[in-house]
Amino acid sequence: MKKRYTHKIFKNLCKGCSLCVHYCPKNVLEIGDDRKVIAARPDDCIGCHMCEMRCPDFAIQVHVCEEEEKEKVK
Amino acid sequence: MFNEHIFDYLRTDKLPHIWCPGCAHGIIVGSLVRSIEKLKIDKNKIAVLSGIGCSGRTPGYLDMNTLHTTHGRSLTFATGIKMAKPELTVIDVMGDGDAVAIGGNHFIHACRRNIDIKAIIFNNNIYGMTGGQYSPTTPTNYYASTAPYGNVETPFDIVKLAKGAGASFVARADAFHIGLLDNVIQKALSHKGFSVVEVMATCPTQFGRRNKMKEPYQMLDFVAERAISLKKWQEMSEEERKGKFPIGIFVDEQREEYVETYEKNVIERAKKGDR
Ligand code: SF4
Ligand code: SF4
Ligand code: SF4
Repeated sequence: MKKRYTHKIFKNLCKGCSLCVHYCPKNVLEIGDDRKVIAARPDDCIGCHMCEMRCPDFAIQVHVCEEEEKEKVK
Repeated sequence: MFNEHIFDYLRTDKLPHIWCPGCAHGIIVGSLVRSIEKLKIDKNKIAVLSGIGCSGRTPGYLDMNTLHTTHGRSLTFATGIKMAKPELTVIDVMGDGDAVAIGGNHFIHACRRNIDIKAIIFNNNIYGMTGGQYSPTTPTNYYASTAPYGNVETPFDIVKLAKGAGASFVARADAFHIGLLDNVIQKALSHKGFSVVEVMATCPTQFGRRNKMKEPYQMLDFVAERAISLKKWQEMSEEERKGKFPIGIFVDEQREEYVETYEKNVIERAKKGDR
């Protein structure tokens, strides 16, 4: 089954620089009306973590969806 | 392991940091923290120092033993700390101005001594904080506030400088190729001896705006496009190399380290009165 991911965004840290948006290979992210990042198409995410590691403000983290983590434990 | 535990290593009450939106400095700090975590180095056994400039703000955000020193002189403080407390991992964060302009002399002598300090140079090719003056690493023909007709000078090659001066670990990475960046920082942190990692960074505000790259991604693309893996670099002609730079590990040698030598050849003998 395809893994699913959630995006933990720290809005207080995001400066809306767009680096994560620009370099996401799957066009998952967008800048919202408040000039902060949003995960607009989370289902397309492949979990490459490039947004997380290229964010200069530590404002985004990508995690495997919790339900699937639980599945694994079972 | 990505940035999941990053806040365990940061002074979260000091965030968001002062750097401009999209400035690559934060990318390098992220890599440094991941590397420290990966190597399981106790953050209380690390000393991080810096000089003056945008990069100089780094220690303020790290929840470790930190010292923000004077412009270009951070290596002298780092030398003192390493001599007094050799058990600490000493990391010196410098800007290009710090490392090879005002601190150039300290830099070459730290290389020569091979003292066990990790020098991470944030090279954004400009003096960002003080108003965009050109630095010794500003590429020829690029604009700066003090080079309104374009820079006429030839930039320093920090890797060659460090190599020539005798550093035992020398690498270059950039803020775009994160895999290599994490890898060389980890290697530098594990190396015993003077370790230089030049990280090609960005300054969208002062460099970018003056050089038609005001969007942060344009500046990071500018870095990414010029960074060539060492293997590929070796196959390129002089003509193809123009305007580009190689990334990778250039020197990785085991050589006698200064603090150990000093302990053995001076301290131990002095204690015995053996002259
Ligand atoms: S993890 Fe990769 S695919 Fe997913 S949002 Fe981040 S950059 Fe895009
Ligand atoms: S890279 Fe970071 S700061 Fe920039 S828009 Fe994305 S989450 Fe926000
Ligand atoms: S002035 Fe340049 S180097 Fe300094 S924080 Fe802004 S973008 Fe970064």
